[in-house]
Amino acid sequence: MATFATPGPLRVAGWYLTAFRRLWKMNLLSSFVQPMLYLLGLGVGVGSLVDRNTGSASTLGGVSYVAYVVPGLLVTTAMTLGAMESMWPVMGNLKWQRGYHGIAVTPLDARDIVLGHATWIAFRCAVAGAAVALALALFPDTRSWGLIPAVLVAALVGVAFATPIMAMSVNSEYDGAFAGVQRFYIIPLFLFGGAFYPISQLPTLVQWLAKLPPLWHGVVAARAFTTGNIAWGATLGHLVYVSLWVIVGAVVATRRLRRKLYP
Amino acid sequence: MPEPLIRAHQLVKRFGDFTAVAGIDVEVQPGEAFGFLGPNGAGKSSTMRMISCVSKPTDGTLRIFGLDPVTDGPRIRARIGVVPQLDTLDTELSVQENLWIYGRFFDLSRAECRRRAKELLEFAQLTERAESVVDDLSGGMKRRLSIARSLINDPSLLLLDEPTTGLDPQARHVLWDRLYRLKQQGVTLVLTTHYMDEAEQLCDRLVVMDQGRIVAEGSPRSLIEQYATREVLELRFAAGTNDQFGERLQGLGSRQEVLPDRVLVYADDGEAALQEVHHRGMQPESALVRRASLEDVFLLLTGRSLAD
Repeated sequence: MATFATPGPLRVAGWYLTAFRRLWKMNLLSSFVQPMLYLLGLGVGVGSLVDRNTGSASTLGGVSYVAYVVPGLLVTTAMTLGAMESMWPVMGNLKWQRGYHGIAVTPLDARDIVLGHATWIAFRCAVAGAAVALALALFPDTRSWGLIPAVLVAALVGVAFATPIMAMSVNSEYDGAFAGVQRFYIIPLFLFGGAFYPISQLPTLVQWLAKLPPLWHGVVAARAFTTGNIAWGATLGHLVYVSLWVIVGAVVATRRLRRKLYP
Repeated sequence: MPEPLIRAHQLVKRFGDFTAVAGIDVEVQPGEAFGFLGPNGAGKSSTMRMISCVSKPTDGTLRIFGLDPVTDGPRIRARIGVVPQLDTLDTELSVQENLWIYGRFFDLSRAECRRRAKELLEFAQLTERAESVVDDLSGGMKRRLSIARSLINDPSLLLLDEPTTGLDPQARHVLWDRLYRLKQQGVTLVLTTHYMDEAEQLCDRLVVMDQGRIVAEGSPRSLIEQYATREVLELRFAAGTNDQFGERLQGLGSRQEVLPDRVLVYADDGEAALQEVHHRGMQPESALVRRASLEDVFLLLTGRSLAD
């Protein structure tokens, strides 16, 4: 036969898609409504205060507060999605519904599952981001071709949270750790990761902490695209750093999952 | 003789200090229905998981279709069907979606998935439930769906780990009937069970496992002939007096086994043995003569019953 085999990760991503189809309306709505609420509340509400403050424009890189916040919302939405989808669902597929064990006896293996998971997260983040971007394109203040690459950056950040957290979830015996991830990783990054104000406003030590995880790098890269102030070298550096999180996470998750599925 | 589908030589599986499988030799020929019979913890499931290429042998050699599961796992898994002990169905999806999705893992085209799913639903007698969510199915239906799903890649070797554990008698008979049809179609069946009736119904040949070792091998009939007598006399005495009657039964039949709840007398003529019991002046509360079964084989080989 001359047909090409579908790559394993795509077969796994197709499985996620089928399972998702039952819930997509609610999920897409919440991953659309939430960022829009933040945008209105912060962008318009806080923005009207910020933009009145002389000197804030230079701190924000010469753009309005709404324009400043838009990439932050895109990327934090992807972060939350990537993290959430890599905790309970991963544990469920190992312990409760045991879907991964079902895959383990097909020709696919742990690597296909991890890469399939990553592919699926990238897709979901891109779709959620695209919905928000479409809404943003309706307003002159936030309309920009840069939204397209910004959505892709957001998807990459989603995966950079997904693979390392998946690696953790695979080895977790109980779901207790997940609340900790939310409280001590995701929420602090949401608040201090450079999404809503420049981290230069923070103490130096906190700045360094904020720069370790992939979020800040993604926000800065996405913001470069949406505002059009692109420093290519720095942007590329940020993207490489985010990609490293993806790769290291995927390698560790694969190794751990293989040990679980093929003892 | 053709190359066996499964060939295990001195196969060992250890988990830390615990030896689950302690060096077994097994060969399964194409078209056979082969069983691993034994109590829980005998090493059946560990053996099965090695054959399914999900668990690496600690020692010994294992070949499936002549291939090494450690290096050729995905290639072997493409050609086998696995029904694990615990269902791994997508409980929130419909019955047919479960089949379609599974076919995609084997890279069947969508059209092919649909075609085979239709056939398999027919086979598993689930056509009317095709659109039901799996959560709503009975235990027997879920098990049948698991089997249907494991057949999506048209495997020549089907591995079933405790296929009917936890099912009610009627559901078990429906399932046995389906498995028997597969066997008639030429599918090689390998199953583990701790039900002797299941082994007798389905298996051409089986091994009896105990504590990680094979203690006997043969067809159900030949095992019974070799290790048990033709008939068994089951006697029940007043509670707590079995031991004392055990002694008075000495010399009866070829062997006596005193169990907590009854005494078994192995004899080729059970009725004659019962007459002798009465002759010796014993009055059991109940007496039953039956044919010997695999349960007796296991008891005679290990001194324990399968249910232990």
